[in-house]
Amino acid sequence: MSFLSYMINGISLGSVYAIIALGYTMVYGIAKMLNFAHGDVIMVGGYAALTMLLNANASPLAAVLVSIVVCTVLGITIEAVAYRPLRAAASPLAVLITAIGVSYLLQNVVLLIFGSNPKNFQSVIPVPDLKLAGGALMITGETIVTIISCIVIMTVLTLFINRTRTGQAMQAVSEDKGAAQLMGINVNQTIALTFAIGSGLAAVAGVLLCSSYPSLSPYTGSMPGIKAFVAAVFGGIGSIPGAMIGGILLGVIEILAKAYISSQLADAIVFAVLIVVLLVKPTGLLGKQIQEKV
Amino acid sequence: MAMLEAKNLHVYYGVIQALKGISFEVNQGEVIALIGANGAGKTTTLHTLTGLLPAKQGHIIFEGKDITKVPAHKIVKMGIAHVPEGRRVFSQLSVYENLMMGAFTRKDKGEIAESLANVYKRFPRLEERKTQRAGTLSGGEQQMLAMGRALMSRPRIILMDEPSMGLSPIFVNEIFDIIKEVSESGTTVLLVEQNAKKALAIADRAYVLETGEISLEGRAEELLHNEAVQKAYLGE
Ligand SMILES: Nc1ncnc2c1ncn2[C@@H]1O[C@H](COP(=O)(O)OP(=O)(O)OP(=O)(O)O)[C@@H](O)[C@H]1O
Ligand SMILES: [Mg+2]
Repeated sequence: MSFLSYMINGISLGSVYAIIALGYTMVYGIAKMLNFAHGDVIMVGGYAALTMLLNANASPLAAVLVSIVVCTVLGITIEAVAYRPLRAAASPLAVLITAIGVSYLLQNVVLLIFGSNPKNFQSVIPVPDLKLAGGALMITGETIVTIISCIVIMTVLTLFINRTRTGQAMQAVSEDKGAAQLMGINVNQTIALTFAIGSGLAAVAGVLLCSSYPSLSPYTGSMPGIKAFVAAVFGGIGSIPGAMIGGILLGVIEILAKAYISSQLADAIVFAVLIVVLLVKPTGLLGKQIQEKV
Repeated sequence: MAMLEAKNLHVYYGVIQALKGISFEVNQGEVIALIGANGAGKTTTLHTLTGLLPAKQGHIIFEGKDITKVPAHKIVKMGIAHVPEGRRVFSQLSVYENLMMGAFTRKDKGEIAESLANVYKRFPRLEERKTQRAGTLSGGEQQMLAMGRALMSRPRIILMDEPSMGLSPIFVNEIFDIIKEVSESGTTVLLVEQNAKKALAIADRAYVLETGEISLEGRAEELLHNEAVQKAYLGE
């Protein structure tokens, strides 16, 4: 029974990684940049929800919605202010360094406003725990909601990308910005939309994460951010199903390693698995072959 | 008044000047050929016309409006379609989805369906392969898709950059037949080609581009019989 419960916890943690990894992978796929501030957007989402709950006495649903709006606006702003001006001229390295700068900026602004003490986050999830097998296997409400959210998000996003005009425009921009413009697609707007979606999802991930691991500090986003980035690379950066598979595998490996090997070594094991995967398949599990321009 | 007019265009890549003040005009209904050797600036010219590259100096006038500063994504809606060099179809999208991207700025579903039917009629191969990913098409089929995609915007003028590049002789003939048809159906054509003989055979007038400057211009037949052109571009 304990193995099963570890697996379920792993899938749940992995679902959060997957939701975060989507933001990395979509932004990479379309803007061809690594948005290292993405993890910190999660943390901002957590604080936004917490503020609504404590100071505005909002209902959990309202807190989540406000958190999504705050992160979406934040994502669009970061892109417009910090990344867009660099897109045409600067080297990819300049964009990467800017992203790291934005990451520290977000951490420090939150530090200034809320202080460095970790805040106790109360779960916003009203779903009761599920007891199975006569109480031997317990699945928390947070776990259930996290896994369901991940499935819903993946399904909706996949349909959006493949079935809508806007989603196909995103694919076109991802493949060839010049040709996309010749079709009449506004590339800047499409990239802004990608940031908006990724950041809105980061808010959801932040609330889910804080509901399961209820402690929130200005650095809460860093480690899940890095793990989700690893998950995105693991699955094949740029690939949406890859982010899903990468995230879930990563969560499961992490929890199993903690349970059966060593909780200190768990992170090292996660990264070791990544290195092995990349040695065998450099583009990640579902990564596309890098296309040569003829 | 010319339909499309380039006036004294200067275009740079960093400090390298690729276009050194070129001017030309395209009248409604014409087929204009722009010929020149590798690196002469043909692609640069087309990219400047559709806003993918900025002109440092000079103007582009389309149907009386100055479009020099209009951003690339607003050009197609004005009636200018561009079939880029190397085709640049969206390889991950299906043939059908590529064609629909060509109609991205259009709203009326009925009219779009009509255009799609026309494209399928002109390129039956595309209809046979409509669910196939564009990346899996042969070079000639991709060229047809790139042309079909451009026609889906219902352009008044179509700019084509070396549509015959890298194709087998049979496909080359087919592509030139189609260009003729497109022109006969009322669309103005600006054709960039290295295959000068074929381009001059279907063009009304032509411009010869040499290292960023227009060195010759005239009626296509005259250029076909021009000694300098024959030597440099027709291999005679
Ligand atoms: N991205 C770029 N950066 C720097 N220089 C460029 C770039 N693109 C083109 N050039 C230069 O500008 C000049 C014109 O290039 P262009 O591509 O317009 O030529 P072309 O006539 O289309 O040639 P081809 O027949 O080979 O396609 C060339 O000297 C080329 O080296
Ligand atoms: Mg060229």
